[in-house]
Amino acid sequence: MRGALTLVVLVITAAAIAGLLVPAPATAQDSITVTSWGGAYSESQRKAYYEPYLQKTKIRVLEDEWGGDMAQIRAQVQTGKYKWHVVDVETDHVLAGCDEGLLERLDYKAIGPMDQFLEGTTHECGVATISWSTIYAYNADLYPAGAARPSTAADFFDLKKFPGKRGMWKSPKHNLEFALIADGVPVKDVYEVLKTADGLARAFRKLDTIKSQLVWWEAGAQPPQMLSDKVVVMTTAWNGRIYDAVVKHKKNFVIVWDGQSLDYDWFVIPKGHPQKDLAVKFIAFASTPEVQANQSKYISYGPTTKKALTLISPAILKDLPTAPANMKNHFRVNAKWWADRREELTEKFNAWLAK
Amino acid sequence: MALRSAPPVETLGSDTVPLKRQLRRAEARRTLRAVGLVLPAFAFLFVSFVVPIVSLLSLSVQNPEVPEVLPRTAAAIRAWDASVLPGPEIVAAFIADLREADRVKTVGRAGKRLNYDISGFRSLMLQTARDLPPPETPAPRLLDKLKALDDRWGQIEYWAAIKRAARPVTDFYLLAALDRTRDIQGRVVQAPADSAIYVNTLARTFWISLVVTVVCLVLGYPIAYLLAGLPTRVSNFLMILVLLPFWTSLLVRTTAWIVLLQPEGLVNDLAVFLGLIRQRVPLVHNRTGVYVAMVHILLPFMVLPMFSVMKGISPWHMRAAASLGAGPLLAFWKVYLPQSMPGVAAGSLLVFILALGYYITPALVGGANDQMLSYFVAFFTNQTLNWGMAAALSVILLNVVLVMFAVFHRVVGIDRLKLG
Repeated sequence: MRGALTLVVLVITAAAIAGLLVPAPATAQDSITVTSWGGAYSESQRKAYYEPYLQKTKIRVLEDEWGGDMAQIRAQVQTGKYKWHVVDVETDHVLAGCDEGLLERLDYKAIGPMDQFLEGTTHECGVATISWSTIYAYNADLYPAGAARPSTAADFFDLKKFPGKRGMWKSPKHNLEFALIADGVPVKDVYEVLKTADGLARAFRKLDTIKSQLVWWEAGAQPPQMLSDKVVVMTTAWNGRIYDAVVKHKKNFVIVWDGQSLDYDWFVIPKGHPQKDLAVKFIAFASTPEVQANQSKYISYGPTTKKALTLISPAILKDLPTAPANMKNHFRVNAKWWADRREELTEKFNAWLAK
Repeated sequence: MALRSAPPVETLGSDTVPLKRQLRRAEARRTLRAVGLVLPAFAFLFVSFVVPIVSLLSLSVQNPEVPEVLPRTAAAIRAWDASVLPGPEIVAAFIADLREADRVKTVGRAGKRLNYDISGFRSLMLQTARDLPPPETPAPRLLDKLKALDDRWGQIEYWAAIKRAARPVTDFYLLAALDRTRDIQGRVVQAPADSAIYVNTLARTFWISLVVTVVCLVLGYPIAYLLAGLPTRVSNFLMILVLLPFWTSLLVRTTAWIVLLQPEGLVNDLAVFLGLIRQRVPLVHNRTGVYVAMVHILLPFMVLPMFSVMKGISPWHMRAAASLGAGPLLAFWKVYLPQSMPGVAAGSLLVFILALGYYITPALVGGANDQMLSYFVAFFTNQTLNWGMAAALSVILLNVVLVMFAVFHRVVGIDRLKLG
């Protein structure tokens, strides 16, 4: 038995060591590494960006995946050993990384005129590549034709009209804003109200009304699964995931766009990258409207350039967060506000969860 | 007597060197060789284990941001007693520092550190650095200029936060990890109830680990006992079944439990089908789910050390006890159980310590109130890059484990542990 045990220890150790080994970075001139979030999203980038880029410039895009751990970018900058040329990040990362000096400042002369982008999609340390949104969706199998169906933010909190469990992202972000909107705060005032102690208490009070019925999710893949398994009758989710379940897996899910929150993904370059020029060149290519418009064929995320919106066919446009019909009552996630208050509100949110 | 006073007679070796010395030399050579052999392993451990851990843990008291970004302010504000707003020389130093920091783009770094103390400080710093009063402003008017820019500069607590952050070493993170904070005068006070979460989380972490360990012990002991009594061929086969979970990824196993335990899942289906329950029971996204999934994952770590110890207990002991008149229960209690204790202790300690570090499993199968401390370590390390806070939480957890270990040593004795 001692032999068997030694074997187990050996296997575990070997696995641990294998995990430590990092593939050698590609240093060849004709390739760059772009890191993104994997799954259907990376696939859409492959088809819309990487493959055309190879054809056009003979530069191959190598892919890597990450899960949003800024520590990985920090490690590369601090050690000077760069694995990634370009990283697809969220708004929080752009602000935090820029503050901490982990990201290159971009020269828009090399990327494209600033005014080709939609408002709020440019930053000194990053260029937005897609818009996505947090919406809520329900499983239409549970609401037969003719019966009332959820259609507003307030309906999500209405246990009388629509009883049953609800799924929500286990994070204060989006939930607090969404609760206020459902409580009747106009979308444009959300952060003004939330800024005050009273407003914050009001948001938590609204969440209290459905707390007993809430199931919390952590990963983006969970909401469609929970809807499909009927663990919940409705759940907040990222719109692309729901769209994917509807199109690819023929699920009968319906998105409610009322009170949706718009956010962006950004392309950034780790600070001090020796091949910064190659990275900039790729970002410039990925920011051209024609290329951007192409991506929405593969995933329901919206482009960030004005012209790209006009190039997308109406059939596709209707499922994008930035389609005019879906934008009637939306808010933009205020990343600066969250950069100030994220830790404080995460603590308060967790204290509230534990109550 | 004569013998004692006689000069010591040294036995001479073949080449006239005293044998004793030869022996000592040979032993020293052997020790040296042994040390030489383990040296690489020690060096490896030191470089890859001790150094990173110590340097990471030391982040919990390091506080370089404000002293580095705002050096003149940090020097000037130390003498300030935080009873009235700071004088013109402190404000002037602050503005000079901020001007320089804005030039070299480091304002965000100091702002982020101060934001840990007071939410909103980050944007206050960035905004202020952008709209600084012109350099020719007379020093006495600077504070008014700042106040006009943002009235928060007129509040003592913001300046007190800078003072608290001005020293290169701080207890800020460690206090925060214990739900404590310092007030304007620098006294340690309880953090407000709506944001005090870490002590509770620590207690919960211990409770969950303890329950998981006890359940593992109760389930694992009979398994190990059974395996130890079987012929080797059968027990090896069964041991593979025990080890089987190791071949599946932790995430897959956890997700599998969600599928099994959810209200529309297999377990509930079966119970309803058999008529055991009428209403489907929530088994996942609550504490039950956490216990089930964690016990499943950690059970092999309990069984293995117990099995290896039990394998070494001679069956003759039990027979001897029986021949002396002890019934099976008494014989087990008096003879078998005490001998198996080293395995029980090793397994329990192993499972308990592994359980303390869990966070993915509770995050996926647990409910809102089942988060463990490592969840927050990961949150601060990866999400907000507040490594000071991550290190402080780790220090607390590590220290509590060390205390546990010491108590364990007192009660059971580390030398009695047997891991295989």
